[in-house]
Amino acid sequence: MVKLFFSYLIFPGFLFSTVIGLIAGWIDRKVTARIQWRVGPPWYQNFVDLLKLMTKETILPQGNKVTFLFAPLIGLISVTLVATILGRVLVNPAESFLGDLIVILYLLIIPPIAIILGASSSGNPLASTGASREMKLVLAYELPFILSIIVVIIKSAGTIQIGSILNHQTNFGSNLLSWSGIIAFIVAIFCMQAKLGFVPFDVTEAEQEIMAGTLIEYSGLPLAIFKLTKAILVYTMPIFLIILFGAKDLSLLWLIGKYIAFLVLIILIKNTSPRARIDQAIRFFWGPITALAAIAVILALLGK
Amino acid sequence: MNLKLKALTKSLWVFHLCIGGSCNNCDIEILDLLTPRYDVERFGIMLVGSIRHADVLLITGSLSRKAAPRAKRLYEQMPKPGVVVAVGSCALGRGIFKDGYNTPCPLDELIPVDLYIPGCPPKPEAIIDGIVKLIKKVSGGE
Repeated sequence: MVKLFFSYLIFPGFLFSTVIGLIAGWIDRKVTARIQWRVGPPWYQNFVDLLKLMTKETILPQGNKVTFLFAPLIGLISVTLVATILGRVLVNPAESFLGDLIVILYLLIIPPIAIILGASSSGNPLASTGASREMKLVLAYELPFILSIIVVIIKSAGTIQIGSILNHQTNFGSNLLSWSGIIAFIVAIFCMQAKLGFVPFDVTEAEQEIMAGTLIEYSGLPLAIFKLTKAILVYTMPIFLIILFGAKDLSLLWLIGKYIAFLVLIILIKNTSPRARIDQAIRFFWGPITALAAIAVILALLGK
Repeated sequence: MNLKLKALTKSLWVFHLCIGGSCNNCDIEILDLLTPRYDVERFGIMLVGSIRHADVLLITGSLSRKAAPRAKRLYEQMPKPGVVVAVGSCALGRGIFKDGYNTPCPLDELIPVDLYIPGCPPKPEAIIDGIVKLIKKVSGGE
């Protein structure tokens, strides 16, 4: 029991993933700044931002106040759970339980749902625009994302347990190093970009058109929790994909190297693309990306 | 200096508001602050989209009759503690629109202003200097 609480609250869970997530957020801002030929903020900037938000006043809009305040918590709790499960599997693959892949897929849908809940309960028209966009985006990227994970399941001999997916890759090489694997990986990168709300698919928070969209009514502590949720998501999503696709060698140094390389790849995509409209995003995900994912599934079934 | 205040001064999120009559030159100078030459993100200063996220309400332009109630509402919506910064001659004392029929009063008669940055338009250096002075004053320094 104590061990469970320890792993949820401290080591692979809340505290650890918060620190890593906020530092990853700093890497994001710093690399962005260097791309734009600026200096960028110091490494503790995101910690300071979070601390400041926690001490600020919280303004409650008219509307459903209970949902408004609880929505950020729901997102944070579920994303922390994802970080805990993945962290424990990475430390010891034998601790994985049957079907934890499915559990993680479900838990990863909860943060967008929390954002939709919070935004709709605030009663702001711009927030509801953001919420409707978020909803459409979730519907758009979930299908190819799950197809790309099905590719991984097929390639790992039909197991839905992360521990055995890891073991399979240690024995037979990374899933990435095959035709179906690399196609599924590309699909998953785009889906992850949308899940994190990074630039080609940041219509839900488009600052220039709908003024922070879903987060417009949030201030103070609830806003801090949403920022934290996003920071932990920036830590967990790349780790999740590394586990699924590139887990041949996961010693500590390799893991950190892969994570940072992956993070910089995401940031480069973020900084070199324009924002897609929501209809373009949906067409993109349901058209070419789903087709690619389907091709990857067929290739995986053929054993390529 | 306590931790709360230190966190606030190290991460100022700015909401930029242009109220009514203005030539937008001050707005251009403010955008200069975010360019590689000045890069105020080094100090944690960011532009945000919503007033609910902001610590600084940055106002340019001379207050017009239509914009006055909106500016007041925005000030009331800003989560406290927060500061109001007026940039440019127009925001300070209505500038060349002093005798205009639709500019009833200077900004500081409507909402309390913490920092005045004069100039038409003020240079980016002047704005940075003003922010530094404000931070020093808030944190009880010089």
